[in-house]
Formats: sequence, structure tokens, C-alpha cells
Amino acid sequence: MRTDQLKQGLTAPICLTWELTYGCNLACVHCLSSSGRRDPDELSTAEAERVVDELAAMQVFYVNIGGGEPLVRRDFLDLLEHAVASGVGVKFSTNGALLSKAMAARLATTDYVDVQVSLDGASKSTNDAVRGAGSYTAARRAMDHLAEAGFGPFKISVVVTRDNVAELDDLEALAQGYGAQLRVTRLRPSGRGAATWRKLHPTASQQRHLYRWLSARPHVLTGDSFFHLSGLGEPLPGLNLCGAGRVVCLIDPVGNVYACPFVLHDQFKAGSVRGPGGFAAVWRSSRLFEELRAPQSAGACASCGMFDACQGGCMAAKFFTGLPLDGPDPECVLGHGEAALARVAPGAAPSPGPGHSRRAPAPGGVRPPDPARLLPVLPGPPPSSG
Amino acid sequence: MAFDPERRYALHPQVALRSEPFGALAYHYGNRRLIFIRSASLVELVRGLDRHPSAAAALDALGIPDQDRTRLRRALEQLEHAQVIHPLTGGDRCAPTS
Amino acid sequence: MDATELTTRLDPPNDPAARAGTDDTPGAVDLVEDDLVEEISIDGMCGVY
Repeated sequence: MRTDQLKQGLTAPICLTWELTYGCNLACVHCLSSSGRRDPDELSTAEAERVVDELAAMQVFYVNIGGGEPLVRRDFLDLLEHAVASGVGVKFSTNGALLSKAMAARLATTDYVDVQVSLDGASKSTNDAVRGAGSYTAARRAMDHLAEAGFGPFKISVVVTRDNVAELDDLEALAQGYGAQLRVTRLRPSGRGAATWRKLHPTASQQRHLYRWLSARPHVLTGDSFFHLSGLGEPLPGLNLCGAGRVVCLIDPVGNVYACPFVLHDQFKAGSVRGPGGFAAVWRSSRLFEELRAPQSAGACASCGMFDACQGGCMAAKFFTGLPLDGPDPECVLGHGEAALARVAPGAAPSPGPGHSRRAPAPGGVRPPDPARLLPVLPGPPPSSG
Repeated sequence: MAFDPERRYALHPQVALRSEPFGALAYHYGNRRLIFIRSASLVELVRGLDRHPSAAAALDALGIPDQDRTRLRRALEQLEHAQVIHPLTGGDRCAPTS
Repeated sequence: MDATELTTRLDPPNDPAARAGTDDTPGAVDLVEDDLVEEISIDGMCGVY
């Protein structure tokens, strides 16, 4: 599919992310949705069921249910079962802490549901530095529960960071051990990630290594999140274009519709499912989505031979690092992004705001990790304040 | 088994077909495969397959010119391989029409 | 299959130049694309975590 084929828009999103709650028992340093505290205005069970009904009527094939931590919601299983019974396939993303043996057994008997457990390191130290003390153990326990319940293949999803690139082989082995699918995705400077991106995002050299590693492993899923690396060679599997507002979008816990989960910002808010036409009206006729579906200007990238392949990279990555949207991605493989970043004035990048981040330590003894104590793998200049 | 235009085919029961401006999207709920079908004519052909005694008859019914039949047969073969369509069982093999 | 084997198009989207000169011959098909059938993984959409 090419971007010009998306001009008229699609009947429905191909895949949709639906964050059920901003509540979360963890406080990962890079959380794209700045989750932690529940929002008092979250969609009620009845409202959520109507969203499911709308998605079914629009023939949405597959929805990724996340959060926050979706299992925090007591109606999670009811909503899941309503979705699959209505013909909407579900993948849900979880940190695993609340995925008990009983839950795993229940999931094992539910059709059309995929489970994705988040993990950001093959070792406890690497993972917990980002996701908090106890999070590695909780994730592994959830995986054990799924395996013991005979759930079948689940997904292990890893956000690639400077500190876990070296553990990719171990993560692959871990997935193989469970008969699970490994998924690796790009770190975006979104949510709490805006404050930690500079320390955490992979170096240019690591990116090149990652590209080669993925090219040799087409069975490793990527969520099409590395199309900005297409200039390095053959494109990786996937549509290889920004799906925001075109083939995907996000419904947030209070019913706001955003172009994608990585741009939780008013500038990318298309409307609300609580509006008169519901979700369908937002998907089909919101001004934001009409604008995103129109051909985008290549801008500063117009004369670059790579643009056809990389499409100028990720809108969210540019937006939250203060780069113009019609210019290079901050991780442009030719280095144009790095040069552009150096010209961004301190404090100029749009702020994601505090979101629903907790101010105090999370309950249940899981301490949120301290971003100031993140250890860089490679020696380098002292961390900047950005 | 290779695609056989003399067999009767149908959309696979686990597949949802959703019309789009470019043609249609087909999604197989069992194997999670997603297929882009980039021709409205091909979509119409697929939707009507089970109403005809054979895929060849379905092509006839749509008035597909000879020079396009090879391409469409190839597309149907790809769709069968992706399990979007499947041959119907139970004595459905038809004698070719003259 | 190369383009010379294609018949006239039928209502191609958003392409006024091609629309002018289209004929509505019954049975004319819209085999415009190189790949009429393409599989993409359901995981292959960017913007889903």
C-alpha cells in the first residue's frame, strides 16, 4: 500500500489501539501514555461495550487493548469476551503482574485473543532499570502461567533501548523457550519517554546492528515501527509507512481519539467516542484525519534519495523532540536528524505534560525506577537535561 | 493442491471481507493473516464464488475477458494459498461447460 | 504480467487523467495494480504497541 492509496481513507482502521485505563501498577520510565493513576472519567463498562459494538459494526478485525495496565479494570474479561463474541479479535498488552493462573486458564479457553507481555530486557537488571523492581519477575511469572495453562503462542514485546540491544539474542532465546513470538518495537519520545529518550534511544551504530538483526529474522515482529530504517536496505516486513490516522488510531481511556498511541497531545486529538457520531464519525470525518490522509509534504527531505523508502520517519518522534514534521526523523539513518536536533532550543519541544503519572511510589512495593540512575551502556557525554 | 478453476469455491468461513476504496481487506480470524485485494472486480468475483458451480463459471458470469482471466486465476490461486477462499467439498466437481 | 495485457480501467480512484477515456465496456476489469493480492501481517501497521 502506498500513501497515495490512503487519500480516500479506509472504511475502518485495520488495527486499532484501545487504552482501557490510565491506571497501572508499574511506572516505567518510558511509558508512552504517562500512565499510573486512574482517570475518574474513564469510559464506563456500558460505554466501553458500546465502543465494542461500534467496532464490530465497522468490521474492525483486530484491536490492541492496552493502557496503563488493562487488567487493572475489573470489567476487563467481560469486555474481552464481548469483543471476541462480536467478531472483533483482541490482542491485549500487559505487564503480567495481574495475570494470575486463573486468568491464564480462562484466556486459554477464549478464542481470538492474543496476549502480549511487555519485557524490556532479558536480564532482571536491564529490565527493571526501566520498568521497576519486581517487573521482570512478574512478567516471567505471567509467561509461566500462560505456558502452564496451555494458552499456546503468546507475544513478548520489547521496546528497544540503548541498554537492551545487546540482549536481543537472549530475548530471542527466551521467546523460543516458551514457544512465544518475539516482538521488538521502537522507543518513541512519547509520554514519560520524552524525558528519557535521549539517554535510552539506541545509538546510530546500534540501529544499524538492529536493522541487520531484524533483516535476518523475518519471524520477529516489529509492529512496522522501524520503517525509518528502510534507507539502510531492503524494507523490513510491514506497510512501511506511518499509520497514524490512516490505518490505525487510538481510543484513550476517557474516549478521546488520537492519531496513534505515541501522540497523546491535543495537536493529534481527532475527537471523542462520546461525540454525537461516536467513533465512526471521528474515524471517517475528523479534520485531523482528513489532513493526515492527504499527501504530506516531504519538506526538507524532498531532495533526499531515501525519502521514498523512509517517508521521513515517525511523526511522534519528530514532534516530541521538537523537530519539524516535514523534515528528518531524529534517528534518520543519514544523520540529518541528529544535526536537526542540535538546532532545537532547550525547552522548545512540545511537552506531553504529566499525564496520569504517579507522584508517589506505586502501591504493592514496586518502586518506580529513577530516570536519573539509568546507566548508559556506552561512555559518552554527560546526560543532557532534555 | 493447486488451484482448480473447475472446482466450486467459497470465501473461507473464518474470513471477513471488508470493502475499501481500493478493493477490499480480507482477514482470516484463525491464522491472523491480512490480505489486501486491490481490485473491485476481483472482490466481486470472490464474493460471488459460491453462487457458481465452478470458479471458471464465476469468471464467465462476470464477463471477464479472456486476456484478464489468467491474471485473475493467478489471484484466486494466491487467495486459496492464503486460505481466504477454499474449495467446497461434497461432489462439487463440475464438468466443464463447452 | 505486463501492462500491455490489461484492458481499459473502470473508475480508477482519484485519477482524473485516467478517468477521461475510460470506457464502461461490460466485463472491463480494474487490474491496475501490479499485485492484485498482497499479504501483510496484521502486526505490520505502525502505530500499535
